[in-house]
Amino acid sequence: MMSNHPDLAKLIFGRLTIDQLPLKEPIVVGTFAVVALGAIALLGVITYYRLWGYLWREWFTSIDHKKIGVMYIILGLVMLLRGFSDAVMMRAQQAIAFGHNAGYLPPDHYDQIFTAHGVIMIFFVAMPLVTGVMNFVMPLQIGARDVAFPFLNNFSFWMTVSGAVLVMISLFVGEFARTGWLAYPPLSDIVSSPDAGVDYFIWSLQIAGVGTLLSGVNLLTTIIKMRAPGMTLMRMPIFTWTALCTNILIVAAFPVLTAVLAMLALDRYAGTNFFDTVLGGNAMMYVNLIWIWGHPEVYILILPAFGIFSEVTATFCRKRLFGYASMVYATVVITVLAYLVWLHHFFTMGSGASVNSFFGITTMIISIPTGAKIFNWLFTMYRGRIEFEVPMLWTVGFIVTFAIGGMTGVLLAVPPADFSLHNSLFLVAHFHNVIIGGVLFGLFAGINYWFPKAFGFRLDPFWGKCSFWFWLIGFYFAFMPLYVLGLMGVTRRLNHFDDPSLQIWFEIAAFGAFLILLGIVSMLIQFAVSFMRREKLRDVTGDPWGGRTLEWSTSSPPPKYNFAFTPQIHDADAWWQMKQHHYQRPLQGFTPIHMPKNTGAGIILAGLATVFGFAMIWYMWPLAIISFVALLATGIGHTFNYHRDYYIPADEVARVEASRTELLASHV
Amino acid sequence: MSAPTDSPHDHHDEHDTEHDGVEAIHVTLKGYMTGFGLAAILTFIPFFLVMSGAFAKSGPADALILLLAGIQIVVHMIYFLHMSTKSEGGWNMLAFVFTVVLVVITLSGSIWIMYHLNDNMMPWTMQNARNEP
Amino acid sequence: MSDMSTTMTADNGASQTLDFHASGDYHAPNGTLLGFWIYLMSDCLIFACLFATFGVLGREYAGGPTAAQVLELPIVALNTTLLLFSSITYGFAVLEMRANRQGLMMMWLAITGLLGAGFIGLELTEFAHLISIGAGPQRSAFLSSFFTLVGTHGLHVTCGLIWLVTLMVQVSKKGLIPANKRRLMCLSMFWHFLDLIWVGVFSFVYLMGVLP
Repeated sequence: MMSNHPDLAKLIFGRLTIDQLPLKEPIVVGTFAVVALGAIALLGVITYYRLWGYLWREWFTSIDHKKIGVMYIILGLVMLLRGFSDAVMMRAQQAIAFGHNAGYLPPDHYDQIFTAHGVIMIFFVAMPLVTGVMNFVMPLQIGARDVAFPFLNNFSFWMTVSGAVLVMISLFVGEFARTGWLAYPPLSDIVSSPDAGVDYFIWSLQIAGVGTLLSGVNLLTTIIKMRAPGMTLMRMPIFTWTALCTNILIVAAFPVLTAVLAMLALDRYAGTNFFDTVLGGNAMMYVNLIWIWGHPEVYILILPAFGIFSEVTATFCRKRLFGYASMVYATVVITVLAYLVWLHHFFTMGSGASVNSFFGITTMIISIPTGAKIFNWLFTMYRGRIEFEVPMLWTVGFIVTFAIGGMTGVLLAVPPADFSLHNSLFLVAHFHNVIIGGVLFGLFAGINYWFPKAFGFRLDPFWGKCSFWFWLIGFYFAFMPLYVLGLMGVTRRLNHFDDPSLQIWFEIAAFGAFLILLGIVSMLIQFAVSFMRREKLRDVTGDPWGGRTLEWSTSSPPPKYNFAFTPQIHDADAWWQMKQHHYQRPLQGFTPIHMPKNTGAGIILAGLATVFGFAMIWYMWPLAIISFVALLATGIGHTFNYHRDYYIPADEVARVEASRTELLASHV
Repeated sequence: MSAPTDSPHDHHDEHDTEHDGVEAIHVTLKGYMTGFGLAAILTFIPFFLVMSGAFAKSGPADALILLLAGIQIVVHMIYFLHMSTKSEGGWNMLAFVFTVVLVVITLSGSIWIMYHLNDNMMPWTMQNARNEP
Repeated sequence: MSDMSTTMTADNGASQTLDFHASGDYHAPNGTLLGFWIYLMSDCLIFACLFATFGVLGREYAGGPTAAQVLELPIVALNTTLLLFSSITYGFAVLEMRANRQGLMMMWLAITGLLGAGFIGLELTEFAHLISIGAGPQRSAFLSSFFTLVGTHGLHVTCGLIWLVTLMVQVSKKGLIPANKRRLMCLSMFWHFLDLIWVGVFSFVYLMGVLP
């Protein structure tokens, strides 16, 4: 059939042929088999327990910020497993590929792995986790009932999923980019990378980028407009402050990524010459622009982690956060400085001394507000009654680890030093040091801290501690050797080495990766064990840790409407103050609550966007046009729906609140 | 879907009108006409100067064109986009100022960096060689 | 308690009874206009990147046609006029919306749409002409950045036109209900914002481009 009508097949399938399936590569086939079996098992379980209707009604179409937040976090954790298996494969390859041993990964495959690892870890692990925690926590902290644009929230989530799906498809259909996670031209142009890998990169990031940007607009508007009465800016919890600044950064940085990826796409699809030197273009412009996005991006990730640490420290030290105002100012200063340092990612590109010194100095300045924050946490702990619950362990681990990462960052900020360290494993060690030690530790602290709020039971502390210690020790084993290797001049992204004296360091690093694996496994066990022991770990009070901010004033898990009555704020630690004043929950006088309605439009639109992206990647022009028109039509059609909200009747609110009253009374 | 009189939904809409600022934005015919007049003048001047060939060199002309464009952007902001320090409690203005700062950083930073790159990356000429110590 | 007392401000001493609930009918203000404004600011940064790219690559002709050779100012002057007039007609539509005169408002919206369509038509003519004389986006970095910047603006205007038509249908179906008024104000911001970007385009790309 296909061979009879090659033109028709080409029209429909574009450049996608049966050869694009990696049937000859045993590793990929094996992975596919495992993933496929897992997926079939999962779908089977869902079907067996007849959960499809429940999932669709209560989760996929939900516009409840809490459920969307949880779904973001699940997405991030699932993709963490994918990104981490890439990491393990790289560590294993580098530990054995010396001299005559070529290792087990051919260069072609190895290059895809390090590219996919970077892309997945930043865009589909760290971003969903950060967005998820902000989505879940922030509206509760400001005493709101949902976000400003509930439908957009659902849509944003599914667009992020759509990007992740495209990256996952690239594992089995065609290949992913072999260019490194930022796909610099000329390597990523159509001449050097003619296959679909870079197109997978472009379209997955563009589609997920739409979601990220809209979620940024949404959360930013929510913080500005929907704070409970009395919550002035300087009475916002610190996590909300960091969420505010992060979303400002998202709104102001992601358009740059969109623009620069669009230019790369135009170069590849339409033959323009932005980054092609022959006809006047300049590949360095790509590097310049993408780092205007790229540097704020790292602060997008780290600021919410700083917020989480602030909440955790104050709670578990039983003290008001030291230096609230300085914390706020430090956050704002970091937000602004984020835009003034991007050149330090390419000191070696050949700008003059004046340019390099300017950006070197601005970079070093950033360590001042960051240092102020570290001291604030230390002074909060000083003379506090510290309880080493799991979130607090992550926080202490962070302070130590992040300080090391920060110091190596200041080293790299010195342009002459950077000339020898650029592109070396020292750099790799540095950014893993701050992203794992800062962002990931923060998110794990946050997950352990807010889990009882989301599900009504605490996470098992024993397995949480196992996870923490494996991660912490594993991190040092995995990345300290890379600092050493980097100082010896070993560059990144190599899949084979000649000098046998280096091997021991890579073996230590591989052992570290193994310890981190145990950390991840412990975390999965922690989830399972906690679920099985949920009755024992149950939180009936809604305030399991003795919290200080508003999210702890409502039940765990919170009702759909979060707060039966909108709170009135008089202090930054609003809930702490309410407890000091022996606050009594009102038991009557409930009124109907106005809430947004669920909608399936988000998941449908994102599904169409996935089809569109896939069609563009494989040059399936008719399918691309059809899916794009469908996307547009569905989007416009959705705007004709004016009935997007409903009222929860007062007696239902009364019923929910009465059951909580009963629960509280039974556990005095 | 009946006319906009069914109960709770509408109640919500009316409620919104008081709060959402649609009615709070101050629009007048005079404002629009002032903006239109100023914009027309500020468009006409640079077009006239360039098209009549009044500029021999680009240096001062560039500066003048950019200045007029900057003024016109402010005119649009005030008269067409109704921006003031009071709208949305000052957040509109704050967002705009922040954006302007970032636009300036992006534009001038990129041009500065890329100019330096071009400068440093130029092929090695005899001129350079002679100037070397 | 001790750590509280040191930092507490005077108005919330523990002795005083505080009301911890907002008055019964509290309703968070609608954020649509502010949210849309924030979106516009982010859109502004997409344009900033395209302007920066034009600023860097705008004189890289690669032996091909220069800006002075191919850009025709009279067409641009006409286009600018069309867009400026469409701004003021949209302003009139907003004034009629305020006065709840739906018919007149629809008329001004239609005129705005026609002016916008005229703008797009002229721009497409210009593009077609450039491509026909061998000055397409593939010719040089200057033309790549020119087509992308001007084309992105044109794409936005096209989206504005689709939105305008959609809104006219919605107003004719539902009338000037608050939700529609809010949408009309969002489109107003979008439309004026595009005119504002155009000021940058004609100044930075066309006028400064053709100067020697």
